[in-house]
Amino acid sequence: MPTPVIEISGITKAYKMGEEVVGALRGVDLRIDRNEFVAVMGASGSGKSTLMNILGCLDRPTSGRYILNGQATEKLSAGALAQVRNKEIGFVFQTFELLPRSTAVVNVALPLVYSRKFWWGTARRAREALKSVGLGDRMTHRPNQLSGGQRQRVAIARALVNEPSLLLADEPTGNLDSKTSEEIIALFRDLHQRGQTIVIVTHEEDIAGHAQRIVRLRDGKVVSDFPTATDPVHRDFLDRAAQASARAAGQAAVGSESRPTHESRAAQTGGSA
Amino acid sequence: MILIRLALQTVVLALAQLWGNKFRAILTMLGIMIGVGAVIATVGATEGLKAYVLKEFDSFGPRKVWMDGTVPRKLRGRVSWSQFDLRLSELEYLRKNCTTIDAITPMYFTGATVRSADESRQSISVTGVWPDWHEIEKRVAIKGRPLIQTDIDEIRNVCLINDKGIQELQLDADPSGDYILVNDRRFLIVGVVETKDVAQGFPGGGEARTELYIPVTTALSMQPRETVSFALAQLKDAKDAEEARAEISSIFRRLRKLSGEDENTFVVEAVQSVIDQINRLATGITVAAAGLVAISLLVGGIGIMNIMLVSVSERTREIGLRKAMGARPSIILVQFLVEAVVLCMVGGLIGIAAGLGLVAAAGQIPGSPLKDAAVPLWAAVIGVGFSALVGVVFGMFPAIKASRLDPIVALRHE
Repeated sequence: MPTPVIEISGITKAYKMGEEVVGALRGVDLRIDRNEFVAVMGASGSGKSTLMNILGCLDRPTSGRYILNGQATEKLSAGALAQVRNKEIGFVFQTFELLPRSTAVVNVALPLVYSRKFWWGTARRAREALKSVGLGDRMTHRPNQLSGGQRQRVAIARALVNEPSLLLADEPTGNLDSKTSEEIIALFRDLHQRGQTIVIVTHEEDIAGHAQRIVRLRDGKVVSDFPTATDPVHRDFLDRAAQASARAAGQAAVGSESRPTHESRAAQTGGSA
Repeated sequence: MILIRLALQTVVLALAQLWGNKFRAILTMLGIMIGVGAVIATVGATEGLKAYVLKEFDSFGPRKVWMDGTVPRKLRGRVSWSQFDLRLSELEYLRKNCTTIDAITPMYFTGATVRSADESRQSISVTGVWPDWHEIEKRVAIKGRPLIQTDIDEIRNVCLINDKGIQELQLDADPSGDYILVNDRRFLIVGVVETKDVAQGFPGGGEARTELYIPVTTALSMQPRETVSFALAQLKDAKDAEEARAEISSIFRRLRKLSGEDENTFVVEAVQSVIDQINRLATGITVAAAGLVAISLLVGGIGIMNIMLVSVSERTREIGLRKAMGARPSIILVQFLVEAVVLCMVGGLIGIAAGLGLVAAAGQIPGSPLKDAAVPLWAAVIGVGFSALVGVVFGMFPAIKASRLDPIVALRHE
């Protein structure tokens, strides 16, 4: 069996809120193999942000083990964790987080500044990463000269430039319109096809539907973990979406490859497995 | 390798940050600029003034010691000054017994009416000296011969004349062997000395004109009197100025039978002592200026700290992002420290330029003693060094604050 990219067992995370100790994660086990495309879902307060911070090595668990690409991380110092983030993880944020005064190339090259592996030819690597997300003609544009979708593409190029073992995206389409969201999701699918391991944290059912597998959290625990095709909540969502669109205008049935693209928030059911 | 690249990137980043906030950066740097500019201007002006004054003293000769009689403060107004004038016997004793000097001459200044065959001039400077005068004043006979001890011993009516005198009295190009009348006494011209420009304010200074030098014994016999008011000696070594003053003083006190409580009835001054005093004064001014500049740099440093704290707060999300991308806390610390240091050093460099400009401008004023003022390299180096130090000291707290930010909290910062 090959080494999994992520292997966590018995992870808990407790925060002190004044006198009270609040358990944000209460015993999470999760294994994600190479080249998986996983969506982590959950309502706010379910612990998905905490889990994402721990997966991204931005935070350390209170207890439990986290082995990232064969390396135990739960005991590492802040400096060592920074190195692990640089080497293993590519972050994509909801709000892009680009340096406003820097060009696309400079933004993409940012992780290479702190890299021990790629210290030579950083500009060339950054340009290649930009080409791979379809922004070969926007190299020297600044963020304010780019559309929202283009900005997120720059952020994705930045996340990929260090060849991370895990691409970790936090609500990557949360600030984009539905058409642009589709393009970004298509890019993720393309990256997955090329072998990238991807974890998307989202609360949008239709976005999660593009992943291979959906992990649902509630109250700090994993409540369901199914392949997308067999996930009961997601199937329910698809059925309702199909009915809604059929009702709406009596239009022709949707093609087998297309997905519901309307803002059908009503269909969202949280995580009742 | 990674460190060099990181250092370069950090400096470039810091400069870009400054360029992005030009106006704010200049206001922030103002304290440092004024501080460093002030130190450069003060040091430049002090050094320039010192060089100017020392050059003047140098023209008088750094190995010279002068002495004259003086009335002690207690006896002022009650006794005549001439009572304490220098006796030739005292000077002879010094010549024989004083170990720190290698030449000594009385300087008896008087004025006289001088006549040649074609000209007559009034109040010409006539100085009675010993042969050592040639050595002490570095004035050799360029024609004829110098004064010799026999001229002194035999109280001869001989004189030396300077170039200017030859001109004014319309004498031959080489007047040795000619006679002139000094207060109606016939003097044989034995030699010619060069006219020497002495800076104004020193004995014999001012515009050059006719000078006669005669044996001091002859000069005294013409008055007549026994004493001279002034004598010049030459140190064996300029370094021994203080020792020489002490030795000459003790010899005078012994000769004049002054006991422990009595005030000196003479004054001994060495040019080198005055030069040392000027040097000490200049150092004092520099130290005082350094103190003022330290205060200015402190104020400037607080400004730097303030603006760096603002910068850390403004760029909290950027710091969070950089940390998420793998920047270690130490790298964030260095980044903000370098930014503070670059800010201070740019301020320091502007300050140095301003200080240099100020000194140069002062030198342009006609007749300014700062004409040749130059700011020494050490002042510029110290200026930049201290700016950098201020950057490190006052940038440390904001940098530590930045390095300790939690990336999760920083990324959520609004």
